[in-house]
Amino acid sequence: MTSSTPPKIQLSDVHKAFGPKVVLDGIDLSVAKGESVVVIGGSGTGKSVMLKCILGLLRPESGSIKVDGEEVVGMSGKDRARVMTKFGMLFQGGALFDSLTVWENVAFGLIQGQKMERTKARDIAIEKLAQVGLAASSGELFPAELSGGMQKRVSLARAIATSPDIIFFDEPTTGLDPIMADVINGLIVKCCKEVGATALSITHDMASARKIADRIAMLYKGKLIWVGPAKDIDHSGNAFVDQFIHGREEGPISMELRA
Amino acid sequence: MTDFLATVGRVFMAFLAHTGRLSAFTATAVSHVVRPPFYPRLILREMIEIGYFSLPVVGLTAVFTGMVLALQSYSGFSRFAAEGAVATVVVLSITRELAPVLAGLMVAGRIGASMAAEIGTMRVTEQIDALTTLSTNPFKYLVAPRILAGTLMLPFLVLVADIIGVFGGYIVGVYKLGFNSASYIARTWEYLMPLDVISGLVKAAVFGFLITLMGCYNGYYSKGGAQGVGAATTNAVVSAAIMILVFNYIITAIFFGK
Repeated sequence: MTSSTPPKIQLSDVHKAFGPKVVLDGIDLSVAKGESVVVIGGSGTGKSVMLKCILGLLRPESGSIKVDGEEVVGMSGKDRARVMTKFGMLFQGGALFDSLTVWENVAFGLIQGQKMERTKARDIAIEKLAQVGLAASSGELFPAELSGGMQKRVSLARAIATSPDIIFFDEPTTGLDPIMADVINGLIVKCCKEVGATALSITHDMASARKIADRIAMLYKGKLIWVGPAKDIDHSGNAFVDQFIHGREEGPISMELRA
Repeated sequence: MTDFLATVGRVFMAFLAHTGRLSAFTATAVSHVVRPPFYPRLILREMIEIGYFSLPVVGLTAVFTGMVLALQSYSGFSRFAAEGAVATVVVLSITRELAPVLAGLMVAGRIGASMAAEIGTMRVTEQIDALTTLSTNPFKYLVAPRILAGTLMLPFLVLVADIIGVFGGYIVGVYKLGFNSASYIARTWEYLMPLDVISGLVKAAVFGFLITLMGCYNGYYSKGGAQGVGAATTNAVVSAAIMILVFNYIITAIFFGK
């Protein structure tokens, strides 16, 4: 990375608390263009909060969040809308709109965000559905008529429909069987490469993290306690990371829970 | 004593916080109602949902209210030989009070609850966050069309309720109480003034605004899962009903206070 190319996403000393509960306690993280970074950590460690701060759904108490070198904390109105067009997001539960058909869900950002004509947006939606392995006929169904795996695929198609610069994945494989989880992981890698997007994911599924990450960061008690290449995760030299990735009951994390 | 004061203080602070949040929500919602972009397709859908699909329940309420009113006023007024005022009492009561208030309460139960449940479910399933990430303002897409449709369609419903309610009184007056049809109709028109109908329609517009506002507000800030959505739904109906009764008095005092 040269000095003239700012990171796609840069978090500096980000703090966020809900009342007395400190969730993010000085997060520093940088994601380069085209890179895929996965943040791992246990439930309730603040992974989703971090993502929502970047997306502008939550506002951090202090610290800086830059997207393409532009400060986004406190941004609103047209500036926020402009930055949002760079983002795609796959939500943990899919967050598909119940009242809309599958193709309308996928085309939503094109029709509402980019004011594209419905017929043209429909063609793109069908194309994106094919990209995630769904037939055109599934476009006429409603989300409630789909299985969990199919809903994730539709959600992925929606996330990439506007060809965003940056895609966020919130627990992309939660609730799926291991085979379907691997299929979704494969699709994430494929789609990000095809769109040329930068990816920031959060998960506690290590198989998913290993498959989609260039770099992995571990969040614990509001701090990133380890950041490094995905290939080094098994040799991190960090007892917290070792315990987490092997899913052991014994270790510093459980010891602190017992205290 | 300290505990008691602390509790009172907490409740008061919570009330202030709630009032401030509702005021900010209302201001934001109204600003999005009048500023483009608009969503005509969504506004039309909500108008049909609120106006057309509420017609049966509002119509039934109005017809039976008019019928009961004719019976009750006849029975009461006959004590001092004032049966001739039945038609006038029916039309004034329906247009000024009963049609707007009862239609408002019925729509609060039907539409306010449904809006709170729908938006509340969207909140807890992250669909509202998804709207934001898809460059769509949730206020513009979810709240503004509902508030606009509610404010426009309640007067229409109340106008229909006025007609049906008066017709209910006419049916009982003519076919059960033995009034002459022509004289009943003549007495209905005799003392009816445009302001009687207009005041009811103004009330309807305000009630429509309040019902949709409370439905959207409670849904938008619902928390947790099914329990949170259930609580939001209850709050939407109860708060809308109370506000309808409070504003009914305020508007009546403005129109007929002297």
